[in-house]
Amino acid sequence: MKIDKVMKKIIFFIVLSFWHLQAAAALTIEITEGAEGALPIAVVPFGSEGSGVGPGEQIARIISEDLKRSGRFKTLPVGDMLARPHAGSEVEFRDWKVLGMENLVVGKVQPHGTGGYLVRFQLFDVYKGEQLTGYNIPATERDLRATAHHIADIIYEKLTGQRGAFATRIAYVISSGVTADKRKISLVVADADGYSPQTIVTSEEPLMSPAWSPDGRKLAYVSFEKGRPAVYVQEVFTGRRQKVAAYKGINGAPAWSPDGRKLALTLSKDGNPEIYVLNVGTRGLKRLTNHYAIDTEPAWSPDSSSIVFTSDRGGKPQIYRVSAAGGKAKRLTYEGDYNARASYSPDGRLLAMVTRQGRAYRVGVLDLESGGLQVLSEGQLDESPSFAPNGSMVIYATKTGSKAELAAVSVDGRVRQRLALQEGDVREPVWSPYKRSNRREP
Amino acid sequence: MKLRILKIVPILALSLLYGGCASTPDEGTIGDGASAGESGDGSATTAGAVEGGSWMGSALDDPSSPLSTRVIHFDFDASEIRADYRDVVIAHGEYLAANPTVTVTVEGHTDERGSREYNIGLGERRANAVKRLMLAQGAFETQMVTVSYGEERPLSLGSDEASLAQNRRAEILY
Repeated sequence: MKIDKVMKKIIFFIVLSFWHLQAAAALTIEITEGAEGALPIAVVPFGSEGSGVGPGEQIARIISEDLKRSGRFKTLPVGDMLARPHAGSEVEFRDWKVLGMENLVVGKVQPHGTGGYLVRFQLFDVYKGEQLTGYNIPATERDLRATAHHIADIIYEKLTGQRGAFATRIAYVISSGVTADKRKISLVVADADGYSPQTIVTSEEPLMSPAWSPDGRKLAYVSFEKGRPAVYVQEVFTGRRQKVAAYKGINGAPAWSPDGRKLALTLSKDGNPEIYVLNVGTRGLKRLTNHYAIDTEPAWSPDSSSIVFTSDRGGKPQIYRVSAAGGKAKRLTYEGDYNARASYSPDGRLLAMVTRQGRAYRVGVLDLESGGLQVLSEGQLDESPSFAPNGSMVIYATKTGSKAELAAVSVDGRVRQRLALQEGDVREPVWSPYKRSNRREP
Repeated sequence: MKLRILKIVPILALSLLYGGCASTPDEGTIGDGASAGESGDGSATTAGAVEGGSWMGSALDDPSSPLSTRVIHFDFDASEIRADYRDVVIAHGEYLAANPTVTVTVEGHTDERGSREYNIGLGERRANAVKRLMLAQGAFETQMVTVSYGEERPLSLGSDEASLAQNRRAEILY
C-alpha cells in the first residue's frame, strides 16, 4: 500500500519532470506556404549552466519554431551557424552578416533558486551591431516551455510591432475510434504550437462548439452525454463545471460576451432555433431573435454592442447582425448562397466565416467596412475559423481525404500551415484569448 | 399501393397479439409470439391468431412492414419528407396513433457539409418534419421526443455522394 503510494509519487515526478519540454506533440505543424519577405533570423541554441543536460537547446528550438510558424521569419538551421555564442560579448556580427541574417538571438539558462532557472536572452540587430532587447526571466522547471513561447512573443513584438500570440492555447474537439459504437470524443486544450495537449472532457456522445471565456480560464461547450444537448461551462484549470442550459430541444452554439458575464446561445425551446442571451451568474434568459427560420451561431462583437449570427431567413444561410439589446437584424453577407458561423477579429473589423465556393466550403474573411469577402482557405470542407488573439492568423478545421485536421492561415492569406494530428479526427479549433495574467513583464 | 396493404396486416397482427395490453413493445424483449406470451400479461398467444402471414412478432419487427424502415432520407439542405418516404412516416404515425403508450425518439441528422451548429438546426428541422407528419396521423405530441445530432453522428464516414446521402436522415427509434 505504502510502497504503491511512493511508487506513484515517483512516477508522478518522472512524468512531471519530462512533461515540460518533451510534452508529446499531438499536433505536428508544418508550414505549407511561407510569406515572401520573411525576416531572416538566427536563434542560437542557448547555453546551459549547471549539471546534466540543460534545457537551453530546447528553449531555442521552441523560439525558433514559433517564429518560423508565424510566417514572418525565416530561421537559420543550427547546422549552418558558424559560431554558437551564448552572450552578447561573444558575438561576432560578421559571422551573421555573412549568412544574411538580419537578427540574432542568443541566450543561456542558469540554475536559479531551488530547482528553478534563470533564462537570459538577447536580441540583436546584426547590421547595426546593437542589442534591441534582452531579459532575464526566472522560470520553474514546469514553465520552461511557456517561457520559451513568451520570449518568442517578445521578439515577435519587437521586430514586427505586433503583439505575439505564441504563449496562448488552442482548444479543439478530437474524435477517435473508427466505428460509431467505439467512438470516443474529447475536448482538448493544448499550447498554440500543439504541444502539451490535455483532455478536459471525454464522452462517447458528441461534444461540440467549445468557446473560451474572455479571461481564458473557462470553456463553454455543448455535450450530448445525457442523450440530448446541454451547454456546460468548465473551468479549464480545475475541471469544475456547471450545466448552464438544458432546455427542451437545441442547446447550442455558446458565445461569451466580452465581459465574460453572459453567453449568447441557440435554444429551440420555443419551437425553432433562436438566439438567446443567458446571464451566467443569475441565469436570467433573454430572447434576442424571433423568426421561424434557423437562427444560430451567435458571436459577440468585441465592443459588446452587437451580435452576429447565421440565419436562413432569406432562404439560404447568411450572416446577420443584431444589436445586443435586440431589435431588427441586418443582413451582412450577400456573396454566394452559403455563409455561416461568423466570428469577429479581435479588432472587430473582420468577420471570419464558412463560405461556399461552388461545391467547396472554405474559410472567408469579410471586411465589415468595405463589405469585401476574401477567401483564405483552399480545401473542400473547411470550417470553424477562429482568429488568433493578435488577429494575425485564423485557425480552422479542414479535411484531407477522409481525415479531419487543423490548419491555419495568415489573415492576408500568404502563410499557410497544416497541423497534422497523429490519430483521430480533429475539429472545431478555437484560439484562446490572451490570459489576463499573460502579459507579465519579464 | 402494395405498401398500404402490407401496413394493415402487421397492425392487425399486433392488435390481436397485444389487445389492450399496456406494455411498451421493445425490440429487445419481444422476439416472437411465444416469448411475448410468456413475458406478457399471461394471456394465451396462438399462432392461429396471426392471420394470413407467418410473421409471429411485433409489426415493428416484421421485415415486410413499412414500420421496419426507421431511417428517412432527405435531399441536400432540405427537410421536406420525400415522396418515397411518405408512406413509411405515415405508417409510423398510424402505429403510434394506434398504440398511444408507445413512445419514440426522432433523431435528425445531416451530412458533413456546412457549419456544425447550422446543421444542428437543419437536423432538428428534419426531425420535426417527421414528427409533424406523424402527428397528422393522430399520434400524440407526448409520444415523440426529437433530438438533432446535426453532422455529429454520421452513418457513413465517407465523403462521396452516396455517403453524404446516407447521412442526411431522420431516424425513428422505438
